[in-house]
Amino acid sequence: MGWAIALHGGAGVPLSLPPERREPREAALRHCLQVGVEALKAQRTPLDVVELVVRELENNPNFNAGRGSVLTTKGSVEMEACIMDSTKSCGAVSGLSTVMNAISLARLVMEKTPHIYLAFDGAEAFAKEQGVETVDTSNFITSENIERLKQAKEANRVQLDYTQSIQTDPTKEKPTADGDSQIGTVGCVAVDGKGNSAAATSTGGLVNKMVGRIGDTPLVGAGTYANSYCAVSATGQGESIIRATVARDVAALMEYKGLSLKEAAAYVVEECTPKGTCGLVAVSATGEVTMPFNTAGMFRACATEDGYSEIAIWPPSTQN
Amino acid sequence: MGRGWAIAVHGGAGVDPNIPSQRLEEAKKLLARCLNLGISALNSSMSAIDVVELVVRELETDPMFNSGRGSALTEKGTVEMEASIMDGPKRRCGAVSGLTTVKNPISLARLVMDKSPHSYLAFSGAEEFARQQGVELVENDYFITEENLGMLKLAKEANAIVFDYRIPVVGLGLETCSAGAGAMESTLQMNGLPLSVYAPETVGCVVVDDQGRCAAATSTGGLLNKMSGRIGDSPLIGSGTYACDVCAVSCTGEGEAIIRGTLARDVAAVMEYKGLPLQEAVDYVIKERLDEGKAGMIAVSSTGEVAYGFNCTGMFRGCATQDGFMEVGIWE
Repeated sequence: MGWAIALHGGAGVPLSLPPERREPREAALRHCLQVGVEALKAQRTPLDVVELVVRELENNPNFNAGRGSVLTTKGSVEMEACIMDSTKSCGAVSGLSTVMNAISLARLVMEKTPHIYLAFDGAEAFAKEQGVETVDTSNFITSENIERLKQAKEANRVQLDYTQSIQTDPTKEKPTADGDSQIGTVGCVAVDGKGNSAAATSTGGLVNKMVGRIGDTPLVGAGTYANSYCAVSATGQGESIIRATVARDVAALMEYKGLSLKEAAAYVVEECTPKGTCGLVAVSATGEVTMPFNTAGMFRACATEDGYSEIAIWPPSTQN
Repeated sequence: MGRGWAIAVHGGAGVDPNIPSQRLEEAKKLLARCLNLGISALNSSMSAIDVVELVVRELETDPMFNSGRGSALTEKGTVEMEASIMDGPKRRCGAVSGLTTVKNPISLARLVMDKSPHSYLAFSGAEEFARQQGVELVENDYFITEENLGMLKLAKEANAIVFDYRIPVVGLGLETCSAGAGAMESTLQMNGLPLSVYAPETVGCVVVDDQGRCAAATSTGGLLNKMSGRIGDSPLIGSGTYACDVCAVSCTGEGEAIIRGTLARDVAAVMEYKGLPLQEAVDYVIKERLDEGKAGMIAVSSTGEVAYGFNCTGMFRGCATQDGFMEVGIWE
């Protein structure tokens, strides 16, 4: 046993990622990993660590959360986030348009209200009451995302990423993408040396989403979950992650079927969600870490107390 | 392929033992009426997903329980309704929150599932979708009843979140509506309040049809005196509502406890991953997943069983199976 941390900047990566798009993201992952590792070494709680790391990811405009959030069909920003620790305390927010760090507001919902989940005007009003940092909504909007929205509208569909392997699912949700798409959702999971863990996820959602659309990120058990077995943060196509209750199922498989963290996470990603829709990062109470995905790639990084660390985008090379 | 249909309905878990008998009778009549509506539909081979919507619409339209008309009021004195529906085959789902003018939230949730590319729409976006879809819209005060206004006033005086809006103001002892220490000595409490002022009455329905298809639906006005924008368990897939190939579940009670326990999903997970049959799965989840929380649920399995469970005082419920079994109950 020892501490462990993993973070992601979104599953579903363009098949070709030119250096000028890849390098800033890799650098961000490296930086955020370092922030998290130092915090764990300084004995910060997992809850503090995941909030800290996700705040960094939200502030980075290269990921689909906070600044850099993708746009709704009306060209606006609606951000959502969720945080949970292994005692099963949790907080979630949706429909934010001025709050600098959605994950921190989610934490305040958890700690300062008798509720778990606040959304839209009510959440913004709560943010004002709490005095959290808010900015004009235009601050979150980047020219890249304006362009993405334009492309999505021209293609007349909701965008996920480049991944070609979109199943011919008869449902109207067709998360294909042409043109660079910064899918996203960012997330972080961490466990200390004593088995306490936490998970945090934050996102701007789907490009060209309907106003008011809520995805998997703020739903406890779908995009975010933590209990005494593990902590999980998922990313990908929200509707598939909700249907498969991805984050909860990883823990449930460990508890009810005795699977290991790696086995449980791999099962959920490979068997419970359609190809091209899901990735996750997870840590177990005993300090293991896993980062499976069924998309072309997933921006990710992890480290464990015994000195292992990894920053990656593409699938690990196959070994037989 | 199924082994006969089964249906269960609920009107909330957590009932004051001193509830006036007239209220009890009215509640039982409503539950029986809704059950019979579902039974007729099932006997004419309506699909599970259609039946749960039909039955929950009936519960929303009746002002008795806390959904649709008769919803509990937010701290602002308005109504914000939420609902979710899930279709077991393929686990399609739809959910809505923050509705203020939609007459039947469960039907909008169904439209989100069937007619939108998403699973969950909320607040003004959901209302806009409702307008586009041409569903029946009314003024917010259509949903507000005198009783609820009275209960909100009581709750504000007690400066507490109150769940039971049906206890009449007259006859309520001051000691039970005070937020002071006296109120806390009551042994029967939910969410830190004496049960005499608290009883959540979210409504729900679960069905397995004669083809073995399961579906679940849940609808609510949420907590009395809640913060505007507060979302509870009812619209959250996996918490208040869940359906898959093996079962369908609808929960009611302390919303935050249900979310933490991902109650509805856990019943199915325990069946799938531990191989427990339906009633054992319900009992297990109620016992193991609620910690300090108080809640209840109804469930059906794809093999035609029906089950329910709760760890609080009473749950308004009704169940029936194709072989003729029918029961409406409130207490253990």
